[in-house]
Amino acid sequence: MRTIDLAVTPLRELNAELHRQSEGTNEAEWEVLNPRGLHAVAVGVDAPIKVAVRGPVGYYGGGMNKKATITIHGSAGPGVAENMMSGSVVVKGDASQYAGATGRGGLLVIEGNAASRCGISMKGIDIVVRGNIGHMSAFMAQSGHLVVLGDAGDALGDSIYEAKLFVRGSVKSLGADCIEKEMRPEHHDQLAVLLDKAGIKDVKTSEFKRYGSARKLYNFNIDNADAY
Amino acid sequence: MTYHNPPTTPRKSATFDDYTLSEIRRAASTGIYDIRGGGAKRKVPHFDDLLFLGASMSRYPLEGYREKCSTSVMLGTRFAKKPVELKIPITIAGMSFGSLSAQAKEALGRGATIAGTSTTTGDGGMTPEERGQSKTLVYQYLPSRYGMNPDDLRKADCIEVVVGQGAKPGGGGMLLGQKISDRVAEMRTLPKGIDQRSACRHPDWTGPDDLEIKILELREITNWEKPIYIKIGGARPYYDVALAVKAGADVVVVDGMQGGTAATQEVFIEHVGQPTLACIRPAVQALQDLNMHRKVQLIVSGGIRNGADVAKALALGADAVAIGSAALVALGDNDPALEAEYNKLGTTAGAYDDWHEGRDPAGITTQDPELAKRLDPVRAGRRLANYLKVMTLEVQTIARACGHNHVHNLEPEDLCALTIEAAAMARVPLAGTSWIPGQGQGGL
Repeated sequence: MRTIDLAVTPLRELNAELHRQSEGTNEAEWEVLNPRGLHAVAVGVDAPIKVAVRGPVGYYGGGMNKKATITIHGSAGPGVAENMMSGSVVVKGDASQYAGATGRGGLLVIEGNAASRCGISMKGIDIVVRGNIGHMSAFMAQSGHLVVLGDAGDALGDSIYEAKLFVRGSVKSLGADCIEKEMRPEHHDQLAVLLDKAGIKDVKTSEFKRYGSARKLYNFNIDNADAY
Repeated sequence: MTYHNPPTTPRKSATFDDYTLSEIRRAASTGIYDIRGGGAKRKVPHFDDLLFLGASMSRYPLEGYREKCSTSVMLGTRFAKKPVELKIPITIAGMSFGSLSAQAKEALGRGATIAGTSTTTGDGGMTPEERGQSKTLVYQYLPSRYGMNPDDLRKADCIEVVVGQGAKPGGGGMLLGQKISDRVAEMRTLPKGIDQRSACRHPDWTGPDDLEIKILELREITNWEKPIYIKIGGARPYYDVALAVKAGADVVVVDGMQGGTAATQEVFIEHVGQPTLACIRPAVQALQDLNMHRKVQLIVSGGIRNGADVAKALALGADAVAIGSAALVALGDNDPALEAEYNKLGTTAGAYDDWHEGRDPAGITTQDPELAKRLDPVRAGRRLANYLKVMTLEVQTIARACGHNHVHNLEPEDLCALTIEAAAMARVPLAGTSWIPGQGQGGL
């Protein structure tokens, strides 16, 4: 295992080292010490490696990840795993706003709570949050899944496209064009797979409600102007 | 002899003119605001209101065909490991695949490359055709992040973080369903045929402090190689440019209200933002106040049409300009040869601006494969290159006449203004006087 201590090694060296890794690398396991809230920790990784970050990170931790398995043993600042392509990012603590923003693939697991705009503009990523999520989450969410074991704040799924939202707790309010939808057998199956991937065994899919797009705002109609 | 009272000549209202009346009727009939492409069509103070003084007794000109007048420009010298050098100070502005056909994007890349300059992606991502034909390609990083991925970031030569654009400062974008082909839908991760909105704000940062961190992330992911541009609409250019510098930009792009858009509300295009001429001096002032003029490069866009416009923008302090609408015309947009087809669309060559409908007979602003096939990317690219070369020769002609051996040596002292408004905006004297309106009174 390679260990990089950010108390003595510049961030630039960490990311450059991680970017040197590729498919089949012998240096498959990395440990990052003393991140101390630094921004852009382990961003743009493009290799099937494991990175354990021992402590809290600032903005954009694990941003644009491809293939790597990144675990943040602490809390994450805004935009954790933003625009992730594949692989996974696990946050052992809480996550600030914009978690998983615009993500295109991979799995983001937040074991604590996520603040506002979780999954904003998501484009294929799967996000599983053990705790609660803040307001305006899944705003303009295009594709992928957002699973919330706790509660959701105001305006969930505002202007949502084709992303699927599963919430176990309460939803304070739904945003424009977001509605509750029937949980059909295939949705239970999808949810079960997501929970399994996130390592969550203690809840049943029957405890969740599904939300998605009413598809009424997909093409402009002046009679819908009040919704904008 | 019988006298008749002379009839009153019918008089139309200046306030309620024919266009205004037609808009009221259209709104009442359709229930939707007008959406169109292009930039502001209203007359605003512009480069035509400025003149070069030329050389005479007090200035020594350069010989037009014998003495060198350089045109190259370096962009990204502040932080980027790999700044780019362009042969000419005229770049191609960002226009998306989706709003434009793949053939048009390829033609823009071909033309820019022949002329020795850069072209720019747009909202919708990078196409292989465009990357393949563009020696220097600027990759736009937009609020929608349609098609955005780290591989394309790394393939780019520069990255342009788009905060706003001149046609609609403060507004997002819209690509209507009729232009969403299978390929466009796939690149944007959305269903075919729906209206695709582009948000007006980025999803994961909200101000210049956040943007500074976002730029750090982009630099880390791309090994600090790429020049990072920040593009802003002509809203509050002094403060916005200063904040862009603070956020870490290598290059700032300021786009005035004549700058085009693929599709936006007419009311937005015509009533929000400032004319390009009004934006340049405040932008330059901000750079000078921060001791960053020429260290952070300034690109100006919005209504640049010929070498005189380029020369005037450079004289006011820009390092380069960008063209969009003019480049499309060079490719063949609004060509009178297609008049009969424009008539069928209810318009005329030179006025066609329903780019969002995807029925462009020139094959440029369309995703219809049959229409798009009409545009030969090689021939259209050559036309664009010719146009860029002519503009460059024109800039050189003016610079030599003013006694400069590099186009960047053009300066405000080379200019006078024909109107009080232009004199105030450009901060150059009204012709025949030494009066600069507002001089010494701030006027940010």
